[in-house]
Amino acid sequence: MSTQTTTEPAPPPAPAPAAKERLSGLPNWAVQALVSLSAIVLALIVGAVLIIIGDEGVKTAVGYFGAAPMDTISAAASAVGEAYKALAVGALGGITPISESLTQATPLICGGLAVSLAFRTGLFNIGAQGQLIMGAILAAYVGFAWHLPPVLHLIVAIVAGLLGGALWGGVVGLLKARTGAHEVIVTIMLNYVAIYLLAWLLTTTTFRRPGRTDPISPIVDHNAQYPQFGDTRLHGGFILSVLAAIFVWWLLNRSTVGFELRAVGSNPDASRTAGMSVGRAYIIAMVVAGALAGLAGTQQVLGTDLPLTDGVAASIGFDAITVALLGRGTPVGTVLAGLLFGALNAGGLQMQLITQTPLTLTTVLQAVIVLFVAAPALVRSIFRFLPKERGTGPVLAKGWNG
Amino acid sequence: MHLELSGLTKSFGSLVANDHIDLVIEPGEIHCLLGENGAGKSTLMNMLYGMLQPDSGEIVIDGEKVRITSPSDAIQHGIGMVHQHFMLVPVFTVAENIMLGRENTHAGGVLDRKKAHALVTELSDRYGFEVDPEALIEDIPVGVQQRVEIIKALANEASVLILDEPTAVLTPAEIDELIGVMRQLKENGTSIVFITHKLKEVKAIADTITVIRRGKVVGQAEPSATEEELAELMVGRAVDLVVDKQPAQPQDVVLRVEGLTVIDERGFTAVDDVSLEVRAGEILAVAGVQGNGQTELAEALLGLTEIAAGKISLDGVDLTGRTTRQRLDAGIGYVPEDRAHDGFVGSFTVAENLVLDLFRKAPFGSGLALRTDEIAKNAQARVDEFDIRTQAIELPVSSLSGGNQQKVVLARELSRPLKLLVASQPTRGVDVGSIEFLHARIVKERDNGTAVLIVSTELDEIASLTDRVAVMYRGKVVGVVPADTPRDELGLMMAGASRSEAHDVAIENPTTLGTI
Repeated sequence: MSTQTTTEPAPPPAPAPAAKERLSGLPNWAVQALVSLSAIVLALIVGAVLIIIGDEGVKTAVGYFGAAPMDTISAAASAVGEAYKALAVGALGGITPISESLTQATPLICGGLAVSLAFRTGLFNIGAQGQLIMGAILAAYVGFAWHLPPVLHLIVAIVAGLLGGALWGGVVGLLKARTGAHEVIVTIMLNYVAIYLLAWLLTTTTFRRPGRTDPISPIVDHNAQYPQFGDTRLHGGFILSVLAAIFVWWLLNRSTVGFELRAVGSNPDASRTAGMSVGRAYIIAMVVAGALAGLAGTQQVLGTDLPLTDGVAASIGFDAITVALLGRGTPVGTVLAGLLFGALNAGGLQMQLITQTPLTLTTVLQAVIVLFVAAPALVRSIFRFLPKERGTGPVLAKGWNG
Repeated sequence: MHLELSGLTKSFGSLVANDHIDLVIEPGEIHCLLGENGAGKSTLMNMLYGMLQPDSGEIVIDGEKVRITSPSDAIQHGIGMVHQHFMLVPVFTVAENIMLGRENTHAGGVLDRKKAHALVTELSDRYGFEVDPEALIEDIPVGVQQRVEIIKALANEASVLILDEPTAVLTPAEIDELIGVMRQLKENGTSIVFITHKLKEVKAIADTITVIRRGKVVGQAEPSATEEELAELMVGRAVDLVVDKQPAQPQDVVLRVEGLTVIDERGFTAVDDVSLEVRAGEILAVAGVQGNGQTELAEALLGLTEIAAGKISLDGVDLTGRTTRQRLDAGIGYVPEDRAHDGFVGSFTVAENLVLDLFRKAPFGSGLALRTDEIAKNAQARVDEFDIRTQAIELPVSSLSGGNQQKVVLARELSRPLKLLVASQPTRGVDVGSIEFLHARIVKERDNGTAVLIVSTELDEIASLTDRVAVMYRGKVVGVVPADTPRDELGLMMAGASRSEAHDVAIENPTTLGTI
């Protein structure tokens, strides 16, 4: 009765090649990492195809393909090679590129954590964008309207940002817990509210920089700014991102609160039966997630941008969803995914400058990576050596009614 | 049809689920496949039905070797299967469900409903099924739904019918009716493969019994074999089918329920003015056919469902209005009916599930921090104490067998001091070997002075495990009787008869299972 009862209902695996046998012994996280790496490789291949199609040199060479086919191939190879080289150099080629990559990664990590934490509680937080904006608004206000001593001013501004995000997230949790309102709908709607609130505030005398007519606030006080690293744009907010990731890891894996959040995320009925309050878990998760997104807002306004503008959030709150997806809802994965996306963003700018390959290619790369990660079966059908993941993993596959 | 399986072998990785299984099914016989959960019965039948491919061995039908690569292949060869979980569309009528997959149409693609209607009526009449072709599936009882599944197979002209654990979802009366249906089918020449782990049913209906253990055929048995002999073949060691317990020593009333009424989400009165008492040191069974309010009663005791009226008190303390957590803290242990749904978190490890309702308190939680070392220590202790078969405490509990999952739930609930244990269907889907163990633990808890309330639909379990029986019918308690009340009487009370009526009728009309 021992081993056979545990495994009998397993689906029949296809006849396994030797490599698969060996790899199937890997722990789940290693399998996921392999799938993610494979997805990145595949995305680079897709990107290469796009570069080739869009490259002028290749187009010319194709015109006389019959006469000199090698020309087309070498043109294609050089187009791809140069674009990816520029991407790599722009992301990693020296202190400035690396610091730029980390700067780009900073809010993506915090935003990604906001989405990941909610994922693990069974909530699909589409609202990182709105939470981030609310954090940025409050942090900016405290930053330029108040005048406090060094260190204290920064701390107060950060706390204000955390509160702004927590409030915006908390409303979602509260509505979900009390009325059953679906968090996807509420977060999407609150995104709009935040976006237009920001746009309106920037027209008021309280927020608009004196003497300007465009939507821009005064620059936040020097005391309220994150300290910069040398001459780079990288600032202390990055350290906070790493600390936030460690905090989320601890919260999820080593705290009673996180135990409850994960239990509710995996099986709310069993959690309720075990005496947990499902509503309370939703509220806690959304407050903390909102605060994390709010932290990303402070990093934008107190570290990278300095004045508050209507573009302060860019698309960070939405990119955060893809970062969390790629990171599989785990803190470590989210940090790695955030770093990757940060590097792609930073490198993409260089690529556009040097090879005229449009910046949107990096957007395509990011999208394709996530697409492949979301369809592991597709990746496995291309890379046959990859073993199947066991269990269901985090709740990423959960749908609309999650 | 003469069906022969020879040397069928199937392995999943290193696990051999079926090891050279030989089986002969004669035309018109009822062949019981007896084995514990996970013994390999389902794997074998899935190979026969084309859902799995054997690694080696062959299937021979009427002397001809065949390859069955899909369920539609199996159907073409005259093999039909009724799954444990029905494959019916609840919002469709019986006839529409029969039509699914072979829609006959008039010109222009209009469905020929009449033809389906006639087919259902014809089959239903021929076998005495009494199925209304126009009834919606969701409106008819589970037993009738099962007959619809059988009709579906018969409509495909199945001459061998595989019934996978068909009685798991049925009431005693419905089981009796199913036995009648099976006899009818047999008379008409249909062979039946009857998969089960319930010994009484096997003895009542089988012509031939094949026992499977750990993927191998361990023997054939005659229906005249005793239950003990069958159980020993099945488990591989002598099994004590009778729960070894002393008469109860009831003490003070622990749980007192007065006038409890629960209105369910659809507005029906699920629990209707129920009053009962459970004393320390006794086991009260709440018996009844599934869906007569027992589930809601148990949930109301735990505060998982709102009550419309009434009062619940534990040791004289009023629990009404308390949260689930407060009730658990007050000393109620709870084993929910549907363990995968409510009893554990499938993706959590065995260790985590063993503290699912204890993690906040010392030694597992200190302040906000979780003491993973203490959780692991506790898990190891519980795994040893309850003989939970798992390769590691870090494995997700969903990888365990049903019996071991149930042990995890019970182990967790019994690992703290209890005043009252509420256990719904504590042995549902659990193999014989584990049932023995779970029953012994529940009796031990009773003897420690805990009041125990068991909700069960299994008359065997009620008779052997409990001390008193409260029978529920349509939300009301129709009577509280001693546990040694004859099966037939209990069965009739479960259908709404009062105790005295049940007593008279049962003597006049003994049922198949009741007389064994």
